[in-house]
Amino acid sequence: MSTDLSELVIGACARHGNRPAALLQVLLEVQAELRHIPPEAARRVAECLGQPLSRVLGVAGFYAFLSTTPRGHYHVLFSDNITDRMLGNMDLLARLCEKLWVERGRLSSDGLVSVDTTSCTGMCDQGPALLINGLAIPGVTPERLNLIAELILARLPLESWPRELFVIQDHIRRKDMLLNHDLAPGDALRASLARVCEPGSPVEAAANERSWREGIPTGALCATLGTLEEIKRANLRGRGGAGFTTGMKWEACRNAPGPDRYVVCNADEGEPGTFKDRVLLSVHADLVFEGMTVAGYVIGARQGFLYLRGEYRYLLEPLRAVLARRRAAGLLGRGILGQTGFDFEIDIHLGAGAYVCGEESALIESLEGKRGIPRNRPPYPVTHGYLQRPTVVNNVETFCAAALIARHGGDWYRRVGTDRSAGTKLLSVSGDCARPGIYEYPFGTTVRQVLADCGAENTQAVQISGPSGVCIAAGEFDRRIAFEDLPTAGAFTVFDQGRDMFEVARNYSHFFAHESCGFCTPCRVGTTLLRDTLDKIAAGHGTRHDLAEIDRLNRVLRMGSHCGLGHTACNPTLDTLKRFPQAYERRLKAMDFVPAFDLDGALAPARRMTGRDDAAAHLATEARE
Amino acid sequence: MNAPARPRVRLATTSLAGCFGCHMSLLDIDERLFALLDRVEFDRTPLTDIKACGPCDIGLVEGGASNAENVEVLREFRRQCRILIALGACAVNGGLPAQRNHLDLEDCLTQVYLTGPGMQNGRIPDDPELPLVLDKVYPLHEIVRVDYFIPGCPPSADAIWAFLTQLLAGQEPVLGHGLIAYD
Amino acid sequence: MTDTFLLDDQTVPFTPGQTVMQAALAAGHHIPHLCYHPEFHPHGSCKLCTVKVNGRNATGCTVPAQTGLKVENDIEELRTLRQALVQMLFAEGNHFCPSCEISGNCQLQALGYDLGVMSAGFRHFFPRRPVDASHPDILLDFNRCILCELCVRASREVDGKDVFAFSGRGIHKHLIVNAATGRLADTQATAGDKAMHVCPVGAILHKRVGFAVPIGERRYDKTPISAQALAFAPRPAVGEGGEA
Ligand SMILES: Cc1cc2nc3c(=O)[nH]c(=O)nc-3n(C[C@H](O)[C@H](O)[C@H](O)COP(=O)(O)O)c2cc1C
Ligand code: SF4
Ligand code: SF4
Ligand code: FES
Repeated sequence: MSTDLSELVIGACARHGNRPAALLQVLLEVQAELRHIPPEAARRVAECLGQPLSRVLGVAGFYAFLSTTPRGHYHVLFSDNITDRMLGNMDLLARLCEKLWVERGRLSSDGLVSVDTTSCTGMCDQGPALLINGLAIPGVTPERLNLIAELILARLPLESWPRELFVIQDHIRRKDMLLNHDLAPGDALRASLARVCEPGSPVEAAANERSWREGIPTGALCATLGTLEEIKRANLRGRGGAGFTTGMKWEACRNAPGPDRYVVCNADEGEPGTFKDRVLLSVHADLVFEGMTVAGYVIGARQGFLYLRGEYRYLLEPLRAVLARRRAAGLLGRGILGQTGFDFEIDIHLGAGAYVCGEESALIESLEGKRGIPRNRPPYPVTHGYLQRPTVVNNVETFCAAALIARHGGDWYRRVGTDRSAGTKLLSVSGDCARPGIYEYPFGTTVRQVLADCGAENTQAVQISGPSGVCIAAGEFDRRIAFEDLPTAGAFTVFDQGRDMFEVARNYSHFFAHESCGFCTPCRVGTTLLRDTLDKIAAGHGTRHDLAEIDRLNRVLRMGSHCGLGHTACNPTLDTLKRFPQAYERRLKAMDFVPAFDLDGALAPARRMTGRDDAAAHLATEARE
Repeated sequence: MNAPARPRVRLATTSLAGCFGCHMSLLDIDERLFALLDRVEFDRTPLTDIKACGPCDIGLVEGGASNAENVEVLREFRRQCRILIALGACAVNGGLPAQRNHLDLEDCLTQVYLTGPGMQNGRIPDDPELPLVLDKVYPLHEIVRVDYFIPGCPPSADAIWAFLTQLLAGQEPVLGHGLIAYD
Repeated sequence: MTDTFLLDDQTVPFTPGQTVMQAALAAGHHIPHLCYHPEFHPHGSCKLCTVKVNGRNATGCTVPAQTGLKVENDIEELRTLRQALVQMLFAEGNHFCPSCEISGNCQLQALGYDLGVMSAGFRHFFPRRPVDASHPDILLDFNRCILCELCVRASREVDGKDVFAFSGRGIHKHLIVNAATGRLADTQATAGDKAMHVCPVGAILHKRVGFAVPIGERRYDKTPISAQALAFAPRPAVGEGGEA
């Protein structure tokens, strides 16, 4: 075995303290260096981390960005969200393949290049987008594509490519309390530390009692419990989709028994059409980290993790720089802001192309270096999270809001929004509109308002909160963005009258089939069956029978699936079938049944081998029934 | 279905990529066959001389679809039979013949007719009289709509009898323990 | 007074810490299952044991029993779901029962019988999965693997060998063995391992014992699986062979 490879593996493992939990991070480093994980490297990693080889191969086989077979020196992945499709990504992909003499999904014979697609990369406001060796290039026009092809053929190292190819826009279009915030780094923490109990308040009583039980000075407890109280008073609810009350989550974690606690920031942002966390991490990273540190302070954690989706790899160095700055400023590390005992560190973990890792328990598994499989619940992460210790998992935007609340208080926060949905929501607007980008609105804003602001015309439908959310049609545009009406993790994808809503649903069905983790029977098999059924309809082989089949699959997935991915996988199909039935019906054959495959094509190999082409060597589609 | 004793119910049967084992099992219902004949008259079956299937109430099809002719016959049965029943493991999931499905058909033909031992000057049969082989063996329900399935290799005579008598009595057939078998 | 919950119309006693599945089986009530095994921690992946707990769908093998729960098990809606799940497992792999040694002792097949599954219903995937006959005593037929993870768990938890693991994801998820060659013969596997005695289907076969009991006289040929609840009741974990 080459010493190079050996050094690479040993070095990567050592950088991560040879901890088994670092397996995924180590494999990512090997992949980045060698463009794949050769058998010998897998063996070495297993050895260094003291893990069975099968576990290493199992992890390597789970994540889309890891590969055990060679990939091109330049590995190009086109983002394949419906918005990329609408912007012509498939033509661009075909063109690139042609220019580079390579087949999609195959390695070129000289090993120079491989080209394929990947799930939404979170650049919907500036698509079509691609990743080259894991780095994002947005806005791929035919001209930019030509340039990329030339650079590849010239074998120019990525470091020397024109920087402007990699520039990502923020596209912040509407600001409200969050994006307009006035916090300097440390403000929220100082406010938290300075919080005192109102004499005679329930918080003071609780602090007194705890102080007596836990031997902690009442003042310190007033500060933590008081901050928790503000989060609760703000009625802050999670921004990652499920909308769980953040104060309750923090409190449950704080009260869970155990020596260590963890704070995890969910920056997996895999829902197609969502990209607001990317912008928050680009523009307001300090606020995110500040929110995490406040959480650490409140629940008594010493360690936090930012789980950054692999697609946002380009943000890793800038984020690390922010962490370093905060450390230098005494906002991270030991004795934060001079307060003895307030110790908190944040590490960044990279994801590797797996939407399901956004599910909090799968995310924790992934943090532990494993395959990203959602756990059985109960127990929940607040009591049994990272390494089975109490853990708070929150969305990026939730932490930002928490920081604001820690600084300005719960009452200040809840004066915005509706009764049941306090504060504001960031929307990632993309699709058919003049001004795609980030829009921050008070909860309660109508869909119609958003459409007007982003310059959407002749809108046929809006997909709210991505494929796992809901698709609404024109008659519903007076509905409101709020937990009580249209809850959303932020995606707001606009489709005008010219769009074929069947193709939208079909694209999403491919997404779910590709992203199912495969743990549970209904989702593993059902998402593939759903995808195939829509493909069958697209190919002109669909009948009423297939619509009944979709209904049956939906029931099985909804009733039986282990996690939200399976529960929601049929939503886009059902929503569009209900609202835009003609998009399906015009494709259906009048017959009651047609095979899912091309029957005549099933004779093609035999025709080739026998050289026959007579009438009996063909099977026509049946005319009636 | 509503099956008053008269007029008699027309029944057709055929074997596609099967071994006639299911038909043997059907004959195995022994003396009950007479009771059955009281109620049904046979259309196209290997037991009669009728070559083309006429309009029928029930069609029993044994075997999966392995070639173009199988597909044509199956379609004929679907067109003519009100109720189409996949009879036996091969009709239900391709059965033994479908174990070729993990092989590549072109490799297979090449090996058998061209490169296999003792195969100089071999030739893949290309007579237009011979039905062309499908790339895979397909279970019937993947080619036409199938109303009922009776699994088993072969289904026991008791299972077939129980199924048909319930069907003829206008009940939704249910095979209980001991009658459903996949092997 | 003992703790009890309601399973359909039956009162089921339980000891604290038991799951709904464990308590039900111990009381002689069958809840369909494939990835549950009395000697292992619940896995919750096959979803055959889906029941309604106070009206909400949950896996019986993972839900802790609690006083006063109302659990629905034997109802039409769940039967339909379970039929579809069995059909999905049949469609996903290559299950040709007539040529399977384990036929009659197979839990997947037995559940199919019990639920009245007459065909796979869905399109068959016909995946290409070569068998591994490299080991002198064990045959691995991946065509029949239903991904229950029992062998993986047994090898890790009981045998301490990690012979098995999963790779791939989604529909491409598959069983692998712990050897650079990918061959079972090159792992530490031996026929006496617990892992070689937990497979609910015919994916892990012992060579040369196949037809010791003739077809037609096997475990589920004689008695429906639903009448054998007690055989799956909780028992202390033991480190040696013996099927569930
Ligand atoms: C399949 C799936 C994917 C998810 N992806 C994300 C994600 O990318 N980001 C996120 O914050 N939450 C995601 N969630 C929700 C998380 O499980 C969890 O509820 C959330 O991170 C909690 O944070 P919050 O309370 O601040 O919203 C996902 C859930 C599921 C079921
Ligand atoms: S629902 Fe899908 S993603 Fe979730 S656990 Fe099951 S297979 Fe995995
Ligand atoms: S081989 Fe058997 S025990 Fe192992 S996962 Fe597959 S079905 Fe389960
Ligand atoms: S037995 Fe409960 S999920 Fe498999």
